[in-house]
Amino acid sequence: MTYAIEAEGLTKRFKQTQALAGVDLAARTGTVLGVLGPNGAGKTTTVRVLCTLLRPDGGRARVAGHDVLRRPGLVRASIGLTGQYAAVDEMLTGYENLLMIGRLLGVPRPAARHRATELLERFRLADAAGRAAKTFSGGMRRRLDLAASLVGRPEVLFLDEPTTGLDPHSRGELWEIVRGLVSDGTTVLLTTQYLEEADQLADHVVVIDHGRVIAGGTPDELKDQVGGQVLRVRPADPADLDTVHALVAVAAGPATALDGQAVTAPVRDPGLLPTVVRHLAEAGVAVAELELRRSSLDEVFLALTGHRAEADPSHAGPGAAPPGPGPGHPGARAHAARTEVPA
Amino acid sequence: MTAVGLTAERPTGSGHARPWAAIQQTATMAWRNLVQIKHNPMELMDLSVQPVMFVLLFTYVFGGQMEGSTERYLQYALPGIIVQNALFATMSTAIGLNTDLTKGVFDRLRSLPIARFAPLLGRILADLGKQLWSLALMLTLGFALGFRADRGVAGVLGTALLILVFALAVSWLSVLVGMVAGDPEKVQILVFTLIMPITFTSSAFVRPETMPDGLRAWSDINPATQLSDACRGLLTGGEVASPVLWSLVWAAGFAAVFFPLAMRAYRARA
Ligand SMILES: Nc1ncnc2c1ncn2[C@@H]1O[C@H](COP(=O)(O)OP(=O)(O)OP(=O)(O)O)[C@@H](O)[C@H]1O
Ligand SMILES: [Mg+2]
Repeated sequence: MTYAIEAEGLTKRFKQTQALAGVDLAARTGTVLGVLGPNGAGKTTTVRVLCTLLRPDGGRARVAGHDVLRRPGLVRASIGLTGQYAAVDEMLTGYENLLMIGRLLGVPRPAARHRATELLERFRLADAAGRAAKTFSGGMRRRLDLAASLVGRPEVLFLDEPTTGLDPHSRGELWEIVRGLVSDGTTVLLTTQYLEEADQLADHVVVIDHGRVIAGGTPDELKDQVGGQVLRVRPADPADLDTVHALVAVAAGPATALDGQAVTAPVRDPGLLPTVVRHLAEAGVAVAELELRRSSLDEVFLALTGHRAEADPSHAGPGAAPPGPGPGHPGARAHAARTEVPA
Repeated sequence: MTAVGLTAERPTGSGHARPWAAIQQTATMAWRNLVQIKHNPMELMDLSVQPVMFVLLFTYVFGGQMEGSTERYLQYALPGIIVQNALFATMSTAIGLNTDLTKGVFDRLRSLPIARFAPLLGRILADLGKQLWSLALMLTLGFALGFRADRGVAGVLGTALLILVFALAVSWLSVLVGMVAGDPEKVQILVFTLIMPITFTSSAFVRPETMPDGLRAWSDINPATQLSDACRGLLTGGEVASPVLWSLVWAAGFAAVFFPLAMRAYRARA
């Protein structure tokens, strides 16, 4: 197994701010690496260093097998970058933007034209292809920006918060595109503040905060690493809540908590669930909901960084429907004990 | 949805910008800067309406009072109007570069395996092309209004060449401004407050003889005076050698000071 992206001890300081304080990360060829972190964590700085746009103060990095400091030209020939803010030429049409990139990459004119048209269709921009990009909506600009980073068929693609500002539909579409690219062998590094996005797309996730990697692993490993599983019991009759709380606390310990109409407790011992079920049966309490689930990446994030990740707009409001009840999705509930299938 | 066609072997085999590739990249960037005009009516205004407007206003508003006849004043002022317009136009380089920086276009370009200076050279080439367009427009309008180029085609070509050389030299100042300014609006304001006084205290529109002594002394060395006199000499006759020489000295001075500074700023940010 080779690594398309490897970084070791990257540091970068901007005057007062230590943006990177020793970032280590690696992405296997053909996989998606999710870089998760709150505002100001150093995600963009990391991406800029890996894309040769910024010289690190210290540390080493290789992208597509080339050292970013010693062989920036070869790195650039292997990568595509979609930055945090759409970097399209507003005074050119969508078509001209893509044509320009193709020509800059040395693609002969007919092939560059063909490629531009193909990408515009692929990103549902064909209708707007002849309009100046300044008339595009935010989502259209982001799609054009992504298309621009794919003109050169990069081996390694960097996406810096690619779905920020996209509606749930466009986000789902982008996820499909990323999955398609990966199935064709592209390696993707994707930064995000949306835990669900990392959960959905990433094979491997690193969590960074204050310029440092504070945790890493598969989404499942991360969930296991912090808090393991969570037991949730909701009595049929809210009047039984205190009884249930006391029962669960006996088995699960002091971390047992009330969460609305339900009782939750971290699960450290696999025997907890049968024990709780037995106690509930003995006490004769009717249960409306009994659930054993992994802690969500949200909870992982909270535990690791001490603050919540930014709210995911597709989950805004209690009634908002999640885009899909994917495996491991915290919204998937069952009325019987179940453990979730790893994503 | 499938991503077939999105990946495959890359069309570019190498990350090294070979000379031919660099030329082609520069040409692509120049093309891009010219195609932009199509979608930006304001730029078309700058390039076309503004020069036409200045020629008409100066000729018909000031002409009678300045020289007693609009034709006589046109004969005096057209070279100066051309110079003022050329100086303003050099600053579009600053605005264009600054816009690319602030909109993130430079980040995209830098992430591509292209020659580092292709975006800059493409911009400068395109801006020189725009200079020629405005110059041709103003001369054509001038001829239509009765301007006479007494030195003929050679004078016109000499003027075009001198304007281009001077504009190229000043554009390094423009590059510097574009690379260090915070945003395009600031560039616009800075440029206006810089160029207006320089051209108005020169021989571009009035004969410096009527100015107060101190101002006149400045006017005599003012680069806009030298360049206006040089163009005047080349187009309508009169002294040529000295003002052309001094224009070139000024151009060399601009280039010597601002080229290194501009390059340093460009390397640092783009
Ligand atoms: N050019 C710069 N000059 C000064 N400080 C900078 C610069 N770029 C980044 N920083 C600082 O470095 C830190 C990390 O910034 P970075 O943009 O990498 O964070 P991020 O994780 O991408 O955040 P966000 O989620 O808001 O995009 C921040 O404190 C930021 O203010
Ligand atoms: Mg960022």
